[in-house]
Amino acid sequence: MIPAAFDYVRASSLTQAIDLLRNDPDGTKLLAGGHTLLPSLKLRLASPALLVDIGDLAELKGIEISETGIRIGALTTHAELFASLPLNEQLPLFRQAAGLIADPQVRNRGTIGGSLANADPAADWPAVMLALQAEIEIAGTSGFRTILARDFFVDIFSTVLEADEILARINIPRPTAGTRFVYRKIRHPASGFAVVGIAIALRLSQNLVSEATIGVTGAANHAFVGEDAADFLIGKTLSRENIDQAARLLSEATECLSDRYASADYRANLIQVELKRALLALTP
Amino acid sequence: MSQAPAIRQIGQPLRRREDFKLLAGKGRYVDDIKLPGMLHMAVLRSPHAHARIGRVDLSAARSAPGVRLALSGQALDGKIGPIRPNWIIPGSKVPSRPVIAIDRVRFVGECVALVVAETLAEAYDAVGLIDVDYEVLPAVTDEEVAVRDGAPQLHDNVPGNITTIYKVRGGDYQKVSREADHVIGLRVVNNRLIPTCMETRAIVAAPELDGTLTVYIGSQVPHMHRRWIAETVGIPEHQLRVVAPDIGGGFGAKMHLYSEDLLCPYLARELGAPVKWWESRSESHQSTSHGRAHTERIEVAFTNEGKILGLKVETLGNVGAYLSNMASGGPTVNTVNFGTGTYKIDNYEAISRVVVTNTVPVDAYRGYGRPEGAYIAERAIDAVARHLKLDQVEVRRKNFVQPAEFPYRPYGSMGVMYDSGNYQGLLDKALAAFDYDRRRSECEALRGSGIYRGIGVAAYTHMCGMAPSRRLAVSGFDRGGWESARVSIDSSGRATIYSGSMSQGQGHITSLSQIAADVLQIPIENIEVVQGDTRQVQAGHGTFNSRSMAVGGSSVHVSSQRIVAKAKKIAASMLEVDEKDVSYSAGAFSVPGTDIPPVTFSKVARMAYVGHKLPDRLEPGLDETVFYDPTGMGSPSGVHLAYVEVDPETGIVDILDYVAVDDVGTLINPRLAAGQIHGGVVQGIAQALYEEVSYDADNGQLLTGSLLDYAVPRAEHVPNIRSLFQETPSPTNPIGVKGIGESGSIAAPPCMVHAVLDAVSPFGITHLDMPLTPPRIWAAVQEARKGAGQ
Ligand SMILES: Cc1cc2nc3c(=O)[nH]c(=O)nc-3n(C[C@H](O)[C@H](O)[C@H](O)COP(=O)(O)OP(=O)(O)OC[C@H]3O[C@@H](n4cnc5c(N)ncnc54)[C@H](O)[C@@H]3O)c2cc1C
Repeated sequence: MIPAAFDYVRASSLTQAIDLLRNDPDGTKLLAGGHTLLPSLKLRLASPALLVDIGDLAELKGIEISETGIRIGALTTHAELFASLPLNEQLPLFRQAAGLIADPQVRNRGTIGGSLANADPAADWPAVMLALQAEIEIAGTSGFRTILARDFFVDIFSTVLEADEILARINIPRPTAGTRFVYRKIRHPASGFAVVGIAIALRLSQNLVSEATIGVTGAANHAFVGEDAADFLIGKTLSRENIDQAARLLSEATECLSDRYASADYRANLIQVELKRALLALTP
Repeated sequence: MSQAPAIRQIGQPLRRREDFKLLAGKGRYVDDIKLPGMLHMAVLRSPHAHARIGRVDLSAARSAPGVRLALSGQALDGKIGPIRPNWIIPGSKVPSRPVIAIDRVRFVGECVALVVAETLAEAYDAVGLIDVDYEVLPAVTDEEVAVRDGAPQLHDNVPGNITTIYKVRGGDYQKVSREADHVIGLRVVNNRLIPTCMETRAIVAAPELDGTLTVYIGSQVPHMHRRWIAETVGIPEHQLRVVAPDIGGGFGAKMHLYSEDLLCPYLARELGAPVKWWESRSESHQSTSHGRAHTERIEVAFTNEGKILGLKVETLGNVGAYLSNMASGGPTVNTVNFGTGTYKIDNYEAISRVVVTNTVPVDAYRGYGRPEGAYIAERAIDAVARHLKLDQVEVRRKNFVQPAEFPYRPYGSMGVMYDSGNYQGLLDKALAAFDYDRRRSECEALRGSGIYRGIGVAAYTHMCGMAPSRRLAVSGFDRGGWESARVSIDSSGRATIYSGSMSQGQGHITSLSQIAADVLQIPIENIEVVQGDTRQVQAGHGTFNSRSMAVGGSSVHVSSQRIVAKAKKIAASMLEVDEKDVSYSAGAFSVPGTDIPPVTFSKVARMAYVGHKLPDRLEPGLDETVFYDPTGMGSPSGVHLAYVEVDPETGIVDILDYVAVDDVGTLINPRLAAGQIHGGVVQGIAQALYEEVSYDADNGQLLTGSLLDYAVPRAEHVPNIRSLFQETPSPTNPIGVKGIGESGSIAAPPCMVHAVLDAVSPFGITHLDMPLTPPRIWAAVQEARKGAGQ
């Protein structure tokens, strides 16, 4: 379809973009990759008066890898995250997850910042961010603030971002050597989004789990951390019984979504099945 | 000129001649047509499934920028319309369908008002300004609910929401059901589908300086559209030119008459300017006809040995809010007539009710009724095998119609005749290609280790190319069964074929050329094919019902023969011999047994036009038009096998193999034939595993309004399809072809369902309804485990 008329500004600085947002918080929308926003404009589900294109803002770009951690600019596309060798050497989770997002056309345009800011309950990056214990850097009128990914998502399509804030970067602590990662996703047959997606970072020392973080998407109103399941695994072997118990704990961690396609029971079941399969894949 | 072909062209796997243009992005679709001064129409659609329309306030829309015209249904009342069906089963109650709703809307998506503006954006903006008062009425979307007492009623002249009751009967079902060892019943749902074309509908109507009107429309049936638009809008048919340019898929959905097809021509004449309408994808989901939407209750009576004695069927065919173009024929003639499938079932009793509901009208979609009919026969016989714990293949073998029984009239039917076939041959070929026995034991062996694999079998037959014309009157089909072809030879001996068939991706340019090349004995590259322009093509019915090769191809064959016959007369005159002494081969006319030098086809063609040496009383020119009316219909058949693995923990189905063996008579082009099977099978797998239109039962809202919720399979969702053929030529036409386009979508749904049912049979599951989505399969496994106390 055809969007309603709107004004368009290509921002030349972060400050300018924030000022424009502050001027008219309800009528202004940031435009990153556009692969969520433009379809909703075309369907006239949204009709903002002004689009602020942040595509030129250098501060929001690039992948930096340092001794302490990894910094990813909000505008980094899914395709770039898929392709970056240095990134995937450290965190192969990026390639695994990016490869399961939509198709090459969408991956070439869609950005990680747009995905996180949009907080689709079935999007992939939120689970990955949780498993990697990422921290999100937000630019606002009074400078930058940071927040842990696990505190970032509030509800369906809702985050802690204020109307005049911009998601600027993602900081990920460098993983302990030997940490292993897996992302598993059951796709909705039409949308390709996650019916359930599970991201895991896990480290074993002498066959005992020494570190574990689990992020789950698709199952609930927003992505969540599987804290009980991860805590349970610490200090244990990945035996069949332990895996089963962790899977049970994970599926009990949330009230699952129910929709026309999949019931809450089905989602709860997928959480268990997928966690078990993920952990089996990580078992040496 | 290039040499005449040494080999027969029919049977050659030629590459499609039409593809280069399309692959190079040079296709010309309706939306590519941009005319000077062209205006754009946008339609306001009903947000309610059922409501009375109060005031329609167009004032804001009328004064919006760029708007030329805004109107509601009232303004058109009595001017154009109503939209009448083209196939009306005798005795049907036909609800009146206005072009734009006047006082009542009956489905979400029905046209309520429209705007014509200078740009598409302005038209969309203005539509948003139209204000309509609705009084919402109770809605009904499900066919079983719609026929109950007290259900909301859609039309005053359709009491009980039933437009048509159609009965078929042969033998004595009641008697055999009393005598049979077993009688079992099942209820199957044939899920409602959206015929998803890559190209949605679009139309441009352009008034010409000479007072005529040209309509560009993605139509499978350009001449039919010319007649319907002429009759419904009130334009003399000879002043209307319908042009169908390249089409991005039709599948049946582009052979009906829609409101927009009438509005653009009407508005173009009113405004004196070209008017374009283009359908967005979400609009398409709620305004282009849907497919299937049946519920069937089946009863089957059989012996301990698995021989079926009788079959009883009750069909409820949901046709949506009005009787669309062919709607009363689908659930009736096209479905229950074919309910016995490939099996010899002498005692048959079927009743079909055509039901209106507050949903998008349902009409032809690839197979139209035959997939539903085959599903009846196939689900029934599979249930028999399961009930008796007999092998699914052996039960079929036992019940198949035998090769010696053709031509075969199932259950003594007057209307149905299967012209030819060899189902045993198909089955044997399929089993061998599939390596059935090995796979069967593999399935059993793996079950022990918790791997659930299954094999599905399905056989089908049907009839293609509704004909002959005189027989169509009985069923109320308001068109003929013929197809026309003109073969026009130019003075150099090259040919242009004007065909009334209409390709929507099938590759007619290639296949019709092959048919003509064999008769004319000229190279393929000396043949052009013209379709889809009523100014150029003399007449036609178009492409549907897998009819184009059987009927359209035959007419090309016959007119080519007439060309050769006339050319032979001219050649005889040139050679100064008697016509009967002339023989035509390899593109040259010669006099066998003499040393008279032969004369080539191109020399004869030139003579036909200069006319210097023609036989007495022979008209000049080499140009023949044929209206070919077949004597009967060809019956393709096939046996398909699928191999699947079901993950009981997630319900996900993995298709490991798919073998299709089809008998479509003579193969004109095996490559294109395999392509037709592939496409049909993909759409059949889509119905079985993925696609389903959902409505909110309470308020009639369409829940699968976009491709975000309506799951059209992607490449990763479908297997490698192995397509093989058996050729039993049809005796009903001169080239021996049957239909092919619909085969895959008929065979694949039952085949896939049977494969999944076989895979989950260890859980005791005996029934599942399409689409077999992972959550649905998982839930059935859970239920079964609970029942078994596991
Ligand atoms: C066909 C298709 C399939 C898809 N499949 C998947 C899938 O399988 N998995 C998946 O995870 N996603 C999927 N997506 C979504 C895709 O990944 C989007 O690109 C992504 O969610 C949004 O990123 P964007 O850069 O396109 O954002 P945009 O569309 O530009 O913006 C999205 C929203 O976020 C806001 N926004 C953008 N950037 C910022 C920022 N830096 N700070 C604050 N707010 C911001 C915008 O204002 C807007 O409201 C799919 C999309 C399509 C079209």
